[in-house]
Amino acid sequence: MSNEATLHSQQEVMHGAGAHDHHDHEHHDSFISKYVFSMDHKMIAKQFLITGIIWAIIGAFFSVLFRLQLGYPDATFPWLESILGHWAKGGRITPEAYYALVTMHGTILVFFVLTAGLSGTFSNLLIPLQVGARDMASPFMNCLSYWFFFLASLVMMASLFVQTGPASGGWTMYPPLSALGDASIGSKIGVDLWLTSMALFVVSQLLGGLNYISTILNMRTKGMSMTKMPLTIWSFFFTAVLGVLSFPVLLSGFILLLMDRHAGTSFYLSDIFIAGKALANEGGSAILYQHLFWFLGHPEVYIIILPAMGMVSEVLAVNSRKPIFGYLAMIGSLFAICILAFLVWAHHMFVTGLNPFLGAFFVLLTLLIAVPSAIKVFNWITTIWKGNIRFTPASLFSIGFVSTFISGGLTGIWLGNSSIDIHLHDTYFVIAHFHIVMGVSAFFGMFAAIYHWFPKMYGRFMNNTLGYIHFWITLVGAYLIFWPMHYEGMAGMPRRYFDYSSWTSFNQFEGLNQFISFVVIIVFATQLLFVFNFFYSIFKGRKLTTMNPWKATSLEWTTPINPGHGNWPGEIPEVHRWAYDYSKDGRDFIPQTEPIGPNESAH
Amino acid sequence: MQRKKIHPHKYSLWIAMGSITMMFIGFTSAYVVKRSQANWLAFELPHIFWLSTAVILTSSVTIHLALKQFKERNMQRYKQLITLTALLGVVFAVCQWLGFSQMKSEGLPLSGPVSASFIYVIVGVHILHVLGGVVALLVMFFRAYRTRVRSYSAVPIEVAATYWHFVDILWIYLLVFLSIAR
Repeated sequence: MSNEATLHSQQEVMHGAGAHDHHDHEHHDSFISKYVFSMDHKMIAKQFLITGIIWAIIGAFFSVLFRLQLGYPDATFPWLESILGHWAKGGRITPEAYYALVTMHGTILVFFVLTAGLSGTFSNLLIPLQVGARDMASPFMNCLSYWFFFLASLVMMASLFVQTGPASGGWTMYPPLSALGDASIGSKIGVDLWLTSMALFVVSQLLGGLNYISTILNMRTKGMSMTKMPLTIWSFFFTAVLGVLSFPVLLSGFILLLMDRHAGTSFYLSDIFIAGKALANEGGSAILYQHLFWFLGHPEVYIIILPAMGMVSEVLAVNSRKPIFGYLAMIGSLFAICILAFLVWAHHMFVTGLNPFLGAFFVLLTLLIAVPSAIKVFNWITTIWKGNIRFTPASLFSIGFVSTFISGGLTGIWLGNSSIDIHLHDTYFVIAHFHIVMGVSAFFGMFAAIYHWFPKMYGRFMNNTLGYIHFWITLVGAYLIFWPMHYEGMAGMPRRYFDYSSWTSFNQFEGLNQFISFVVIIVFATQLLFVFNFFYSIFKGRKLTTMNPWKATSLEWTTPINPGHGNWPGEIPEVHRWAYDYSKDGRDFIPQTEPIGPNESAH
Repeated sequence: MQRKKIHPHKYSLWIAMGSITMMFIGFTSAYVVKRSQANWLAFELPHIFWLSTAVILTSSVTIHLALKQFKERNMQRYKQLITLTALLGVVFAVCQWLGFSQMKSEGLPLSGPVSASFIYVIVGVHILHVLGGVVALLVMFFRAYRTRVRSYSAVPIEVAATYWHFVDILWIYLLVFLSIAR
């Protein structure tokens, strides 16, 4: 009932008059209202995904460029000068360009790809389809959410082309470097554009998050109690809660930073000398920014990884033909991670002069996260244990996710100890840790989800052979790239340096750095293969002939192959059981819509 | 759908209010951290802030009455009351602005001591939220004049009223906080 009401009231808002009867009849949408300013959650999901893919190509390409510098610091590449101009004079990246590239690589991948591209895509696609709703609670706000993201993207993209270059003080944008235009070439208008873009991005995330939460809590179909929801929905729910509570704090931090840049305030600035001259700013604290930033920054890594966790749980259960192991424990651990996410931010700041006594509490809380994480890992392993596993590209990527989540998570225990962190902070060990646990794992979750739900999005399959090639090269490549970095970090090699060749202690890693850069290029090329597969399959992929190709129980597979706006042509189906009745009572799977039989017990 | 559910738009509003609250918690906790450090200059808030408090409290009463009139379909009174509410919102913003000029004339500009800068930023961001509410009321106002579509649903005005009370309470919180934690 309330589903219908929302769609109607929304149309009233948009079209002024005349309530359409939205189901049974097809909409007569114009090109603009169907593909551009669409209010259909499925189209908005595709918009998020394709924008995310474009950003991912750019962000990953940046990493190839700076890896060229790190692997071959003495070589020159004339083609670099033809694309980067004076940023790569003589075919060698300048130090300024190097810092711009690493900053943008981080910003793009953390925010634009793994936040907007991942949860933006799949929360939009799956929430209404899996809870049984015609659309989001407010389709109009959902549309706005994408277009704010698009605006943020435009501003960030524009910052790449300004004369002084984009922001280049690192993706965390710490003051004073980011607060003073005179501090470096990358602290000029690039930072203003960065802050503007991120403010728009925060608005987009809040609009999206509000919708995800109220849709999940309010618009579930009949019978879909909270504990009958697939784990994907639970993970999107906690992701949205994290975002809604932490992004506004980041925005406050940015507003204060903007004031310091342009209104002469001293929130973060005190006793600064530039080129021998003392600045008037007094009484500020740069550490204050770090507190505000990491209060978002830490939940942000869970905003990135929780959707991947949820989708991997779903893909593993479907492809093992077994119920998910420990459904309630999975929800409980998501909840525990969500709470702890807000209580550990200072572990990013152990060496900022934080009171060691306070640090001890943050160590304890940080190590506590290992408990819910381990629960999840054991549950994934026991889910596939003795399962009748179908090795589709989606399930391979899910298993790969579990692997990288374990190996990246274990190094988190090292870094979470403030005493070990004194040695390891700001070294390649940290880079290795967060790239494996958050970068590679989240990408694996995203790839699994794309391969798995591509048929629902486009009514076609992606090519399997290309999928297998993509998986194996990416898995092996990711380990080859990041595993050696642990050793570099343990040897004390610091991150963010432009050139190590004059640093005798690290000359031993010359060959290793070349090797890493070489693998980066191969892995990047493999991702382009995936992009080709994606776009080719949209138009030429093998067509779907049945509604439920993976023989899954959840509601999205009860919609037509190419669902219209409103998702189900007739009534929304009623739900009678949880989403994980696989291999039950001698049956391969039982859809959620089937009533519990007389001799059957609910899970 | 057997049980009575809260309208999704109202639900979204509640979450949005939680989100806005987090933003101000961000500001006020930054304020607390900064205050505990050296060189903190304490000063008295501009007195006109007390007048603006009275204004915004009155506006909460008027929007409450407006909602009541809407439900009784007294559209004339309803329109008058939301206009009055919006006007009071603007008066509130002007009062805050006068408070800023008073601070400036007392040698506490935006670029002055960090304790003053905080007042400008926190109060300024709150003004923006009040003005957002004024814009929402203007939309309601023009909707009330629409002849082609008549809306009998009280949901939009209820959403606007809840938001209005929220920025009111938020201001009381900020005033108390800024008066005590000087």
